[in-house]
Amino acid sequence: MGLSDISEKVRSGKRLDPAEGLFLFNEADLLTLGELASAVKQRLHPERLVTFVVDRNINYTNVCVNKCRFCAFYREQGSPDAYILTKDEIFRKIEETISLGGTQILMQGGVHPDLGIEYFEDLFASIKARFAVQVHSLSPSEITYVARKANITIGETLIRLKKAGLDSIPGGGAEILVDRVREQVSPNKIRWRDWMDVMREAHRLGMPTTATMMFGGLETREEIVQHLVRVRDLQDETHGFTAFIPWTYQPGNTELGGRTATAVEYLKTLALSRVMLDNVPNIQASWVTQGAKIAQVALEFGANDFGSTMIEENVVAAAGVTFRLSREEIVSLIRDAGYAAAQRNTAYDIVKREF
Amino acid sequence: MPIELIHHKVLAGERLSREDGIALFRSHDLLALGRMASHVALQKNGNRVYFVQNMHINPTNICVNRCKFCAFSRSRGEAGAYEMSIEDILQKARSAQPGVREFHIVSGLHPDLPFSWYIDMLNALRREFPHIHLKAFTAVEIDYLSKLSGLSVRDTLMKLNEAGLGSLPGGGAEIFAPGVRNTLCAEKISGARWLEVMETAHRIGLRSNATMLYGHIESIEDRVDHLLTLRELQDRTGGFNAFIPLSFHSQNTEIKKAAFTTGFDDLKTLAVSRLLLDNIDHIKAYWIMLGEKITQVSLSFGVDDIDGTVVEERITKMAGGTTEGIMTKNELIDLICTAGRTPVERDTLYGTVRIWD
Repeated sequence: MGLSDISEKVRSGKRLDPAEGLFLFNEADLLTLGELASAVKQRLHPERLVTFVVDRNINYTNVCVNKCRFCAFYREQGSPDAYILTKDEIFRKIEETISLGGTQILMQGGVHPDLGIEYFEDLFASIKARFAVQVHSLSPSEITYVARKANITIGETLIRLKKAGLDSIPGGGAEILVDRVREQVSPNKIRWRDWMDVMREAHRLGMPTTATMMFGGLETREEIVQHLVRVRDLQDETHGFTAFIPWTYQPGNTELGGRTATAVEYLKTLALSRVMLDNVPNIQASWVTQGAKIAQVALEFGANDFGSTMIEENVVAAAGVTFRLSREEIVSLIRDAGYAAAQRNTAYDIVKREF
Repeated sequence: MPIELIHHKVLAGERLSREDGIALFRSHDLLALGRMASHVALQKNGNRVYFVQNMHINPTNICVNRCKFCAFSRSRGEAGAYEMSIEDILQKARSAQPGVREFHIVSGLHPDLPFSWYIDMLNALRREFPHIHLKAFTAVEIDYLSKLSGLSVRDTLMKLNEAGLGSLPGGGAEIFAPGVRNTLCAEKISGARWLEVMETAHRIGLRSNATMLYGHIESIEDRVDHLLTLRELQDRTGGFNAFIPLSFHSQNTEIKKAAFTTGFDDLKTLAVSRLLLDNIDHIKAYWIMLGEKITQVSLSFGVDDIDGTVVEERITKMAGGTTEGIMTKNELIDLICTAGRTPVERDTLYGTVRIWD
């Protein structure tokens, strides 16, 4: 096995096994990875179009039982700056989102110990009664907690939440889908199989989801490859993942501290994701963690989507990283890179082309 | 000219034309530009990436010029104006970390300090720091000092050289195209004069760098012409060590544009510079302006130098630059290593101090 054999395999549309993926990760230089990722992207997205979604992250609470060591956002219950948003506050945020052309809201906690399935059923139903908006909310960690608290299965939980108005599920909390890493960085959070179980059930019920990967912490390269292969395996089974979103650990204000991935490591990992995940249609660039410059360059390293305008974002900001980009800036970055730009919805259908 | 044909010329070692340069800038094939530029960088400098431990000293921000792209300059008496005495400068120099090998000294054009003040400053620094290279005065300052001294540019440079001046930085080139230059900085010396000062410096054995300010109101043709003008002078003198494209930061300036250049534009400009300037050894990414992330990625786009462990840079900061202004030596080394390259600490004239392999 050599680099040229692997490159040839990628270019001819064949799938890489984990050993080949790892070899590529270790041996290929930045430009080679970019070229291979671009070849895969070109095959899947020949139209030279880059999309983005207009949405808002609404963090309904910052109280969290997980207390992950990489997180700067969570608070203990009873802490002076702990909060739960009221329904009115949530409604106001949704109204603002819609008035800015938004199509989706991404609601995530905190996994609050007092909030059960009835709370979310009521919340989603009252949102749907008022607004025509995609409810893309609750990561697998929250769904698992709600299910356990109500002592019902994941499937039953999802059926009830779906009925109340939950449309799709964001892929957060995947971190690294390897328990060795999870035990170190997020010992109280669900294990990798639990995360997959929620996604499998959601896909079976026809709810699309995304998948993420947070890297740059304590994981090895082997574990990154393992993460990608686990996402790929479930996707073969369900075809329910719309997009994959790798982003980097942000060490500011966290218990874990330390360093994170550099820009070169980010772009290489992004490119490897595009190459390995031959069955996931879209790859998002993460301007929230990388900034506008690298997010734009990421379009040559496999990304075909600029993520969200993020009218509001709190979690990365809590780690001291606050990049802001307007819709106009996103469109102008996409064009400057030689692509057409279009707003999409959660299902990646085009809402509005930018001319 | 299609990019593939230009790629063949690059591989064959042929010099690129003005049309080639324009086609490269117009291309969206960023990775192809990176490939070509990396090929040239590898031939010139191998896997090495240079850095220097230096300290920036900006003795005053009071300036008789009023360049529209500058957020640093002040008039005398204006809020925020400052000037350092020679003793202040020495104090600051004394705070340099051990291992600093270069003082990079550039300033506003102060309305009333006499020529002798500059000679005294250099003498004082050389007396106390005989082992530290003094890289000082852009061509714009040299022109101004020659007016103050009443001497020719050549004699002015000789006097400064005798007092300890070791080489010239590349600032003040901005963009040579007269129309754009007139809009940006009407009071500043012309591009022709900048080149004349540099040529004179090179002729008396002083080496220098060269820069280009991009991302404001210039055209792609203006950029290519700027690069080719430098290449032409370099053919005659060989005196440029490094070329440094400077990305325009618009905050707090009179030019209304997006706050920063894009990542694409930064990487393209570095790569095209590497490709057109076949006779300049080093292409430098100035991380203070580009940020650490683009700087690191630029090592695959023709860059072989990432400047220094700059301490307290004020000029970019005033225009909304977001870097902290300090990167330690270890951070620079780490940035180079995680990009898969070999860090080489250098002195100002690219003598090797240490290789990390």
